[in-house]
Amino acid sequence: MRFLLVEDSMTLASAVLDRLRLDGHVVDHAPDVEQARAYASAADYDLILLDIMLPDGDGRDFLKSHRLARNETPVIVLTARSAVSDRVSVLDLGADDYITKPFDFSELEARCRAVLRRRGGGASTVQRFGDITFDPLAGTLCVDDRRVSLRNKELRLLEIFLSAPDRIFSKPKLVDRLFSYDEDVSDNAIEVYVGRLRKHLAGSDVEIVTVRGMGYRISRA
Amino acid sequence: MSRAAQVSGSIRRRLIGQLVLGSAVLAAVLVLLVINLARNVAQDTQDSILMASVTSILDTMTVRDGEISVDLPYAALSMLGNVSEDRVFYRILADGQLLTGYDDLPDPGAPGREGGYVTAPYAETEIRMATAERRLSVGGTPIMVTVSVAQTRQGLMQTLAQVSRVGGAVGVGFFVLAALLAVLTTQSGLRPLRDLAGAVSRRGPKDLRPVKGPVPQEMAPLVTSLNSFIDRLRYSLSRSEDFIAEAAHRVRTPLFTVRTQAEIALRRVERPENRAAIKEMIRALDESSRAAGQLLDHAMVTFRTDHLEKEKVRLDELAEELVDRLRPVADLRDIGLSTQSAGNPVVQGDAVLIENALRNVLDNAIKYSATDSDVAMRIGQQGGQSFIEVRDHAGGFPEGALHRMTERFARGDNAGGTVGSGLGLTIAREVLEAHGGRLTLENKGDGACVTLWFPAS
Repeated sequence: MRFLLVEDSMTLASAVLDRLRLDGHVVDHAPDVEQARAYASAADYDLILLDIMLPDGDGRDFLKSHRLARNETPVIVLTARSAVSDRVSVLDLGADDYITKPFDFSELEARCRAVLRRRGGGASTVQRFGDITFDPLAGTLCVDDRRVSLRNKELRLLEIFLSAPDRIFSKPKLVDRLFSYDEDVSDNAIEVYVGRLRKHLAGSDVEIVTVRGMGYRISRA
Repeated sequence: MSRAAQVSGSIRRRLIGQLVLGSAVLAAVLVLLVINLARNVAQDTQDSILMASVTSILDTMTVRDGEISVDLPYAALSMLGNVSEDRVFYRILADGQLLTGYDDLPDPGAPGREGGYVTAPYAETEIRMATAERRLSVGGTPIMVTVSVAQTRQGLMQTLAQVSRVGGAVGVGFFVLAALLAVLTTQSGLRPLRDLAGAVSRRGPKDLRPVKGPVPQEMAPLVTSLNSFIDRLRYSLSRSEDFIAEAAHRVRTPLFTVRTQAEIALRRVERPENRAAIKEMIRALDESSRAAGQLLDHAMVTFRTDHLEKEKVRLDELAEELVDRLRPVADLRDIGLSTQSAGNPVVQGDAVLIENALRNVLDNAIKYSATDSDVAMRIGQQGGQSFIEVRDHAGGFPEGALHRMTERFARGDNAGGTVGSGLGLTIAREVLEAHGGRLTLENKGDGACVTLWFPAS
């Protein structure tokens, strides 16, 4: 996905940039309102992450003009506080959601997904591999004429596999991305979800292959 | 928080009192003046009639054949009789010797050239007597003739009584009218004050706008200082909350940066022992960040419960909103959130605090629940109280520790590796107690059941 991050704190911004890029997203960074406007008008983003307190103005002003310009790109506001009044004001101004800093990246990812799903913007996100069609926003997998709704962890696991077909993912890496760090799970917990995905994929020409001692990969038969 | 003002006197009563007292004094003075004036006028009238008859008697006195002759003119006395029912007396003296009339009339004193008047008791009543003298020459000898005419004062007294009655009535009327005006004037004079008090007390709890609208000149200083007080209050309130939020932000942002870098490092590290160390680090960072957040949440809750400002809060709407907000987080672990509400659970309270309390309880339920389980919320009313019940299937609280779970920093033995500060339930309990409600913890089935109880509003 393509993100625009509007945030003036450099340390915070670079951490977010690194982390989002690690997941394969394309991220542009604007440290103030002026550059945010320039970026937003120059390129199409899937999502804008907007800080409220910026050196040359209020993020809410950007939000207002963004909506007035009929720019449909969803906006998630990064707020430093969680007071109800703040939330109401940014949602009233047209923000799609907000997240209180500091946030958990899996939470941010989940919120982005929820926002994009709500916006229904996503024919372009539908992925085809072999004879399966996967819509990560709707959370559906189509095999032949069979449509399956995936649960969250199945969905994310499939997303990770399909982001790099034929690449081997080790069990620990998969656990990192699927479970939060305070969940005490063994690496074998991943087997349950691989098992479920295999069941869903039955009958298609796509399979999840176990690479002994290494991990798993997805590939066409 | 509102405390009745210490009342000392009332402007309304004082104003009315002073105005009524003033008009009473004015009315009394008016009545006295009228009566006095009437008495003087009546006296002058009687005196001039008496003197006229004295003069006409004196004019008719002549000396005939060396004798003083008096021809009492009828008109002189009938003039008096016409005026009233009063009795008339007269006396004529020549060199102090009685010529004719009533000898026992009182002594006129020194009548002087223009004549004199005297008021004296006579014939069991009171008379007014006019006296004048004239010198007559009888055979070359000058003889002083003194003529006195007297009249009883009943008519005069009756007139005076009548005038006093009318005067009194006018005085009382004046007083009643003035008192009525005093009350009306006071009421209308104090209306701007009442309007201001009404406008300020009708305000909602969050309304810290300055007082607007025209006020009389005399009240301008009051409104100006009220507005500056409101300004200072708003400033200090916003500063306290800003400080709490700013402090949380300052503490958590560096933690966030380090945590993110640790996560990135974890992706690149392969050796299991290094991975375990980094994971441990991330967990510790999460714990610190969460603890900092909750400590400051707790400070915010304490601050707000000390300045509790209540408004109507719909529990079902608040819960729905919060669930919508937490759903993406619960989805991450495939935990289903459901709400079910009945009735019209409206409570008086601080929405920010109630939301904070409920979020802490829900956070706990989500945190301790296993993947693929459900957290169910029920909102309703029972026995006049409104409640929000949160149930999970996470094994429940450790038996025997139920009673101390809401103490600060208390955590169940089953907390294990779950990140937590032990402040969540404390915050929830303090919020509810500030609202006059309570937090109950139970184990039901295979999970915990936490209920937030609110008193009937």
